[in-house]
Amino acid sequence: MSLKVLVGCKRVIDYAVKIRVRPDKLGVVTDGVKHSMNPFDEIAIEEAVRLKEKKIAKEVIAVSCGPTQAQETIRTALAMGADRGIHVEIPAKEMEKLEPLHVSKILAKLVEKEGAQLLVVGKQAIDDDSNATAQMTAALLDWPQATFASKIEHKDGELTVVREIDGGLETIKVKVPAVVSADLRLNEPRYATLPNIMKAKKKKIDKMKPADLGVDTTPHFDVLNVSDPPARDAGIKVEDVDTLITKLKETGRI
Amino acid sequence: MDPHRVILGEADLEGHNTDWLGMVRGASKVLLKPRNTEEVSTILKYCNDRRLAVCPQGGNTGLVGGSVPVFDEIIISTSLMTEIESVDRLSGVITCQSGCVLEALDQYAAEYGLMVPLDLGAKGSCHIGGNVSTNAGGLRVLRYGSLHGSVLGVEAVLASGEIVNCLSAMKKDNTGYDLKHLFIGSEGTLGIITKIAINCPPRPQAVNLSFLGLQTFDDVLTTFREAKDKLGEILSSCEFIDSSSMQCVEENLKLKPPIEPHPFYMLIETSGSNSSHDEEKLSSFLDYALGSGIVTDGTVATEPSRMQHIWSLRERIAEALVKDGYTYKYDISLPHSEFYKMVEDMRNHLGTGVIRCCGYGHIGDGNLHLNITTQEFDKNVLNQIEPAVYEWTAKVNGSVSAEHGLGFKKRNFMHYSKSLGAINLMKQLKSLMDPNGILNPYKVLPET
Repeated sequence: MSLKVLVGCKRVIDYAVKIRVRPDKLGVVTDGVKHSMNPFDEIAIEEAVRLKEKKIAKEVIAVSCGPTQAQETIRTALAMGADRGIHVEIPAKEMEKLEPLHVSKILAKLVEKEGAQLLVVGKQAIDDDSNATAQMTAALLDWPQATFASKIEHKDGELTVVREIDGGLETIKVKVPAVVSADLRLNEPRYATLPNIMKAKKKKIDKMKPADLGVDTTPHFDVLNVSDPPARDAGIKVEDVDTLITKLKETGRI
Repeated sequence: MDPHRVILGEADLEGHNTDWLGMVRGASKVLLKPRNTEEVSTILKYCNDRRLAVCPQGGNTGLVGGSVPVFDEIIISTSLMTEIESVDRLSGVITCQSGCVLEALDQYAAEYGLMVPLDLGAKGSCHIGGNVSTNAGGLRVLRYGSLHGSVLGVEAVLASGEIVNCLSAMKKDNTGYDLKHLFIGSEGTLGIITKIAINCPPRPQAVNLSFLGLQTFDDVLTTFREAKDKLGEILSSCEFIDSSSMQCVEENLKLKPPIEPHPFYMLIETSGSNSSHDEEKLSSFLDYALGSGIVTDGTVATEPSRMQHIWSLRERIAEALVKDGYTYKYDISLPHSEFYKMVEDMRNHLGTGVIRCCGYGHIGDGNLHLNITTQEFDKNVLNQIEPAVYEWTAKVNGSVSAEHGLGFKKRNFMHYSKSLGAINLMKQLKSLMDPNGILNPYKVLPET
């Protein structure tokens, strides 16, 4: 059986960039800041491409919800080996109010529309750390879910998935169709090579709006305040061990 | 000076007596940490009056044994001289003390939309004063030129304790002899640099990095020429790595190159002010390079996280080589036509007696880093390499030290690249500025 695989990939601020809180304290600065594909989604794309290379998957479709620049993220996925892309357009202003439930609804609709049998997403996005999209999409589709996958094997319409759980590994079996979320150790994503980057420019990206899929993206909550983590106080140097102990006692560390 | 700023213990001095490569060791008994120019002046005056030799030290990341004492010289560390005095957003000039760590200074410059026009592997530890006194090169000389161009002013203290203020922040200043150049690249033998004024260009808004795989060294040269032609003003770095250097990074540091093994690799970086303009140029250059077959594979990164990974493949070669055991390190300038032949000739010459003989470096500047490693230091291997490597370099009119300086290790090879007349004038300058020879002795100038 050859699967049609849908992969979610979110455009986030690159992890090597220092995050700055916006002056209005309602979000972080995103203008002129370097973005890249959410690293866990990169792992998801890599896994889907490997499934295709093993002939388990027949087509890999990369989906991203976001502003125009989300197409760059899709291009990256296409250069890594995805066959085509779907860009669900969300204006930059609305993007920060887009919630995992909205994304789950969009993904569920796309899965139905495309007739996909497998949805792979990163376990969480490194910007909002929600870790909810895979689980909610599985619920909406009423599909089994295999979250935090660190190994995936496919046999006779079933996936054997090793999950990273507290204090160890759990191996589960799920029937396809299913939703899988990728953990850090699932694989090491490849770099897109030049010939593939060139080829990716010719691959198709369909554009649509949430409304085209019948999904309402009205926010369910308001952001009241975004603030920096407390700044660390500067250290001091002390003369000798006795002073060190006195100081530690003073500050209540010992 | 308060006791915290005088280091006496043998264990505390260990790291300051040994160089980063673990190749030379001194036996200094005391290290001083002045905070400002006046303190440096007082120390030097005292030492000069009593004929006490000193060894100026920054981040101690030098590669020719110039930054550690040879015997028991007093180490003068710039580690507490980290004040940044001023930034002129309009001219881009930053004036600071010599102990500022390069990376910290660059991060500071970033807040003003500027960048320090110098970047090298040791940026997290090296001091700007040490960079200036060794005229360090690095990854972006191709674009921004050497420190003789970017450094506009230097304040230094002479052996006598006299402070020489050449700290102009003006781009143009033709009033008499341009003395600051004497302190740039003289490795602390003519004075100790206490402050610098450096001209910083605007920080690029858009940076792209490509990592390429190539089959022959001729293709490397063709790609370099094409990159200059097709990328023009946005080309900011052009580096090459041979397969042996890459294997070393893979084996010793477990880093993975983004493409399949190739005989040669190149890193080509562009920096500019408009990402779509730069990406278009880079993309048409890469289209050409791939289409014409000079490049057989590669990748492009625009994300900072990916660029950092790719740069580490180049920047961490020196660190990887150290893990082999002992490194015989050569930093030479060569005409492009002879560039890689040096590595091949040396590899044939040395045969199987070494772990590896590899080459990488700043192809854009004609600067080769030739490295040979063995498990332990081997006198026979050294005799096979030297002076052959210097004779080879002199024959093609190269330089036996492109950017590392001469320090302690290379001083007796100066004559391969400098005439007798030039060496004599250098000696006269030394005796004029440091008549008692207390400043970083046994370094730079040849023994005889």
